[in-house]
Amino acid sequence: MEKRVTFSSWTIGILFAVPQLLLIFTFFYWPAGQAVYWSLTLQQPWGGGNIWVGLDNFRSILSNADYWNSITASLVFAGISTGLAMFIALVLAALTDRQLAGSRLYRVVLIWPYGIAAPALALAFRFILAPEAGFLSAINRMWPGIWDPGLDGADAMASIIVAFSWKYVGYNFIFFLAAFQAIPRSLIEAAAMDGSGVIRRFWDIQFPLITPTIFFLLVINITESFQDSFGIVDIMTSGGPANATNLMVYKIYSDGFKGLDYSGAAAQSIILMLLIIVLTIFQFRFIERRVHYG
Amino acid sequence: MTMIKRGFAALAAGALSTALAMPAFAEPVKFDFWFGLSGDLARVVDTLCKNFNASQTDYEVVCTSQGNYDATLQNTIAAFRAGKQPAVVQVYDVGTATMMLSGAYKPADKLMEENGYKIDYADYFPGIARYYATSKGEMLSFPFNSSTALLYWNKDAFAKIGKTEAPKTWEDVGADLKAMKDAGYECPMAINISANESWQLMEQFSAIHNQPIATKNNGYDGLDARLEVNKTKFVQYVTDLKKWYDAGLIKIKSKDLGQDMVQAFASGTCQVIMTSVGDHGTVGKTHKEGMNWDVAELPVYAGTERKNSLVGGASLWVLSGKSDAEYKGAAAFLNFIHDPKTALFWSTNTGYIPVTKSGFDYMKSSGFYDKAPYKGRETAIASLTASEPTEITRGVRLGNFTQIRAEFGTQMQAIFANKVSVQEGLDTLVKNGDAILDRFQQTYPGKTLP
Repeated sequence: MEKRVTFSSWTIGILFAVPQLLLIFTFFYWPAGQAVYWSLTLQQPWGGGNIWVGLDNFRSILSNADYWNSITASLVFAGISTGLAMFIALVLAALTDRQLAGSRLYRVVLIWPYGIAAPALALAFRFILAPEAGFLSAINRMWPGIWDPGLDGADAMASIIVAFSWKYVGYNFIFFLAAFQAIPRSLIEAAAMDGSGVIRRFWDIQFPLITPTIFFLLVINITESFQDSFGIVDIMTSGGPANATNLMVYKIYSDGFKGLDYSGAAAQSIILMLLIIVLTIFQFRFIERRVHYG
Repeated sequence: MTMIKRGFAALAAGALSTALAMPAFAEPVKFDFWFGLSGDLARVVDTLCKNFNASQTDYEVVCTSQGNYDATLQNTIAAFRAGKQPAVVQVYDVGTATMMLSGAYKPADKLMEENGYKIDYADYFPGIARYYATSKGEMLSFPFNSSTALLYWNKDAFAKIGKTEAPKTWEDVGADLKAMKDAGYECPMAINISANESWQLMEQFSAIHNQPIATKNNGYDGLDARLEVNKTKFVQYVTDLKKWYDAGLIKIKSKDLGQDMVQAFASGTCQVIMTSVGDHGTVGKTHKEGMNWDVAELPVYAGTERKNSLVGGASLWVLSGKSDAEYKGAAAFLNFIHDPKTALFWSTNTGYIPVTKSGFDYMKSSGFYDKAPYKGRETAIASLTASEPTEITRGVRLGNFTQIRAEFGTQMQAIFANKVSVQEGLDTLVKNGDAILDRFQQTYPGKTLP
């Protein structure tokens, strides 16, 4: 009879999974559970007690015009900055992949912006975009008052979009370049021999082959634009002027930590989580259909 | 080899001397003090702590800056919930209502009494003491860094339009700004309209004109107080500011735009600003070579009987749940800060004003206000003591006032960007502010302010 050491597949499986499960539980499910509990109560900030209020927190948030304004601002920010960051990165990666002069340098340099922490980068952009002292002050000298992020909500929104996109161009660039380089050279060379130009080759060969990467980056960029925008908003606009850049994640911070309204902030973070889940499901359900996995 | 030997010898000698020194001193009792000042001011606090530690051997205060006022309160709350709170914490003026309802403090007056320190509470300037006292007049915390708002004016610019004195009324301000504009000044006056400026634009203005910010005596008499700035003289004030802004007499200056108010004034770009006396030192150190400037009390509308302005800054709270030994140390520390000599040290090195009459007298008698860089700061005391505090000019005691200030910034920005009219903006401020107050009241059911 053949001797074989066997383990019950259940025990060993669970044993291997336990450390991971513990980590996920401690750092994800437990805080998320707390947030759900807080969102259903009114918490006294100093821990003196709390009252069960059911869905009152959600009701008051969803009936607040400022909150809907915040959702709209977040969606506008997510849409434009994702589009901008992905489009620029795609173009840059396509050019770098063509081995134009200096492409080795670009390959290294274009990755750097992603390595800069959001607050530091926001501080830099605050100087660059300052209407009186920054680089853009030249525009104001020609047409006085045309660029005023201090009072014009659209200008302020443009500022944070530019800062955020600048950072994510670097991130997207890495993935796009890797995707381009994974395409077999022979395909492109064959197409070139058949007489197709650069643009044609891009649309008919390269673009369809990198759709999985595009899809991946779309999901990541949208998710990050909801969450990673905090540092940029905090340094550049503090949510102003007149709430024009009060993105959902920043509103959670200012209500919760500055306003000590822990329950309201918890309810808002639940809503934000649901919104991101819904958006991600939507993307997988409708956009992924058009993706070809090799 | 010799190096190593020498090293060992030194170590041994060190250990021996420590061992010998040990019995002479009992280990001092350590306690924590968290504060919210940063930069230069944090260094002054550190020196203050060192001075306290050097002044006696029983206690050692460990002072830690938390960066800013908001963070200090947030971190203290987090620490308190985890049972690791500091013994003494600096809480900003508008956090007073939140602190009073927290149940997390030990009343400062009781602490001093229990530890045998006699503090003469009548010695505090009434305008300062009443801001932090309960409605019955008990001091739950000790006033620490205190300031008030002043008008900074450029004497050279005013001389150009034939004036030798600062404007006393807002009517004069309007005329002077116009005259300066006509004389070729690009920026006669600078303001900013973020949450921070609620202090000088709304709170100080309302106090000086004896106008309420909220019902129930600005919240002192109950958590059911609600805002009413949309129907006081404040409406007229915002209307005028907006009018002057539209006419180019007022410019908005903020850090986000490249230059804040104080920098704009010190560089001679703008001729008038309203800011804290705490900036007196900064302007003195950074103003343009040869520029003549001075400070004055904030103007009032003609025909107004001037009342005291409000104190700004922070007070020191002693938190509950510490040991008796730590409380003894905290009491000694508060007593040290209360000393007039500490007041002189503190005011010399910062722009803050003394909080007690004895401290002020001590500084006056030592000639502090005669010397060039500090001359003018006594205007702040004059402004704070312009009258006995009325029921309304005691201060503002509203829950979550930080959020109301944020709402102030939001609505002012909407008004100045022509998104809404002055009245609409202030109505929205009241509506949203009341929702914040509502929520605060619901969070503390059945509780009342002490």
